[in-house]
Amino acid sequence: MKQILIISGKGGTGKTFFTGCLATALNNKVLVDCDVDAANLHLLLHPEIKETHDFTGGKIASIDEAKCIQCGACKEVCKFNAINEIFQSFQIETLKHSRSVIPSLPILCHSERQRRISSSVFQVDELSCEGCTICSYVCPEEAITLNDRISGQYFISETRYGTLIHARLGIAQENSGKLVTKLRELAKETAQEKGCEYVVIDGPPGVGCPVMASMTGVDLVVAVTEPTLSGMHDLMRVIELSKHFNIPVKVVINKHDLNTEMSSQIVKAVESSGIEVCGKIPFSEDILASVKAGKPFLEFTKNSLTKEIEELIGKIT
Amino acid sequence: MVISVASGKGGTGKTTVAVSLALSIENSQIIDCDVEEPNVHLFLNPEIKQEIEVTSVVPEVDKEKCNLCGYCSKVCAYNALSVIKLDSSGDVILFPHLCHGCEGCILLCPEKAMKPAHRGIGMIKIGSFDSLEFIEGRLNISEVLAPKVIEKAKAYAKKDKITIVDAPPGTSCPAVAAIKDSDFCILVTEPTPFGLHDLELAYEVTQALKIKSGVIINKSGDDWLIEGFCRKNKIPVFLKIPFHRKIAEAYSKGIPLVKAMPEYKEIFQKIYKEIREII
Ligand code: SF4
Ligand code: SF4
Repeated sequence: MKQILIISGKGGTGKTFFTGCLATALNNKVLVDCDVDAANLHLLLHPEIKETHDFTGGKIASIDEAKCIQCGACKEVCKFNAINEIFQSFQIETLKHSRSVIPSLPILCHSERQRRISSSVFQVDELSCEGCTICSYVCPEEAITLNDRISGQYFISETRYGTLIHARLGIAQENSGKLVTKLRELAKETAQEKGCEYVVIDGPPGVGCPVMASMTGVDLVVAVTEPTLSGMHDLMRVIELSKHFNIPVKVVINKHDLNTEMSSQIVKAVESSGIEVCGKIPFSEDILASVKAGKPFLEFTKNSLTKEIEELIGKIT
Repeated sequence: MVISVASGKGGTGKTTVAVSLALSIENSQIIDCDVEEPNVHLFLNPEIKQEIEVTSVVPEVDKEKCNLCGYCSKVCAYNALSVIKLDSSGDVILFPHLCHGCEGCILLCPEKAMKPAHRGIGMIKIGSFDSLEFIEGRLNISEVLAPKVIEKAKAYAKKDKITIVDAPPGTSCPAVAAIKDSDFCILVTEPTPFGLHDLELAYEVTQALKIKSGVIINKSGDDWLIEGFCRKNKIPVFLKIPFHRKIAEAYSKGIPLVKAMPEYKEIFQKIYKEIREII
């Protein structure tokens, strides 16, 4: 079994279009959409979802208001500014008032921390909490518990092109690296069960943690790039990363004729780092139309370009 | 005022819009918060005047004080610490890439054997291009704490300027860190099913953060898909940039849209005015 990862460094270079081509051209494979932030492959492959699972990654703190004595210790230790102190001005006023009426009232005025008591409410900002759990250690009242954070869902689906493993990450969730790892494990298992020849992975954009998670242990990285300055820039970072993991890379330049000069610059830069540019795909209205129609290009039309792409895929696999 | 420019996915023309908007209005600064692949500098070639390292706190163990009790490794929620105890010796091992810098281990070590140390995770570059101020956050390769670098980059923004934030693509932590605290968010999209799907996700983020938004359609053509979505959610569509070979070529050479086609300058000024009226 061979695991092929399609990656781009930068979004919008035609990574998913190319994965769609592989989905049509290769037999006997499992497909994985590892772009969990903004999965798109399903828009081409039209999966029928067979299984849905919650993905729990990390923890999230929650404060039990009944137990909380508003000491503020949790806020003090939180390095992520995830604990908000919401002042209740009404109570501050009444406090001042009662103190001025009965000055002898010993209440809560002997220290800064105690002054805060009963004048505010502490809440966890779910978007900022990173689940480090430290607040729960310092809370004297054990008012903070950490719950599993459901950070997304993943699906096992059937498509005309084979099994598709994909996911959706919730807003502001991290751990996309972990989710990617999960998807890849599932894909590998499924491929082994079904005796598939290939696992084709539509990778996440960028060079961050999810990209690294999608790269470990693959047999080949196909980097799809555009002939732009930023495309080249990002491509070189992806190549650097693949080298770091010791994985062979092949480069495809999409829309190469939009800037032939930049294209040849990319070819030069890539080849000087010992890597092959195995194909150039011209800009084509047909490709755009196939994406708009939500169909893999190789199925959408048959012309000289589809033939070229089929040959290119032959070189990769 | 802070205007962020976002998109569910990369490659939609987010940087083009951010750069052009910043170049069109007076008294502006641009912050490149796409710290994994900052691209704004490619269009501006700014003169860099200052470089500041971004660090994250990691624990440093004082071997004299540490008795290898192992508590720190239990406390660390990210499995960044491992304590090995042998007969006569042992060690506390840190996996720095896993450490989120929560400082919990330092705080809770019963022997007070840990102190904070700093590890570089990225860079902030500050400079300018003509009268436009430029700030860029850049995450070191194979680092993961993008939000930290983004927050740091934003912290260098001058308050009295109109700030344009070029946000990273996606809807996860880095995108949220960049968009958070904006007064308005411009969502850039393309009129394809992919574009719509990504726009929906990006819009959800702005909703979650309670930030008003407007849409710019790039590579405009049959826009009914996007327009339908915008109408349904009452999001204004500010601009449709047609697919134009000249625009694509300028982009590929790193020439900002408003430089290649100066007529766009006025358009972006108008958009800025509209935004001011909305917020
Ligand atoms: S908690 Fe402190 S004393 Fe215990 S192993 Fe960690 S560093 Fe050493
Ligand atoms: S600072 Fe926090 S994340 Fe880093 S090693 Fe200590 S407990 Fe773990």
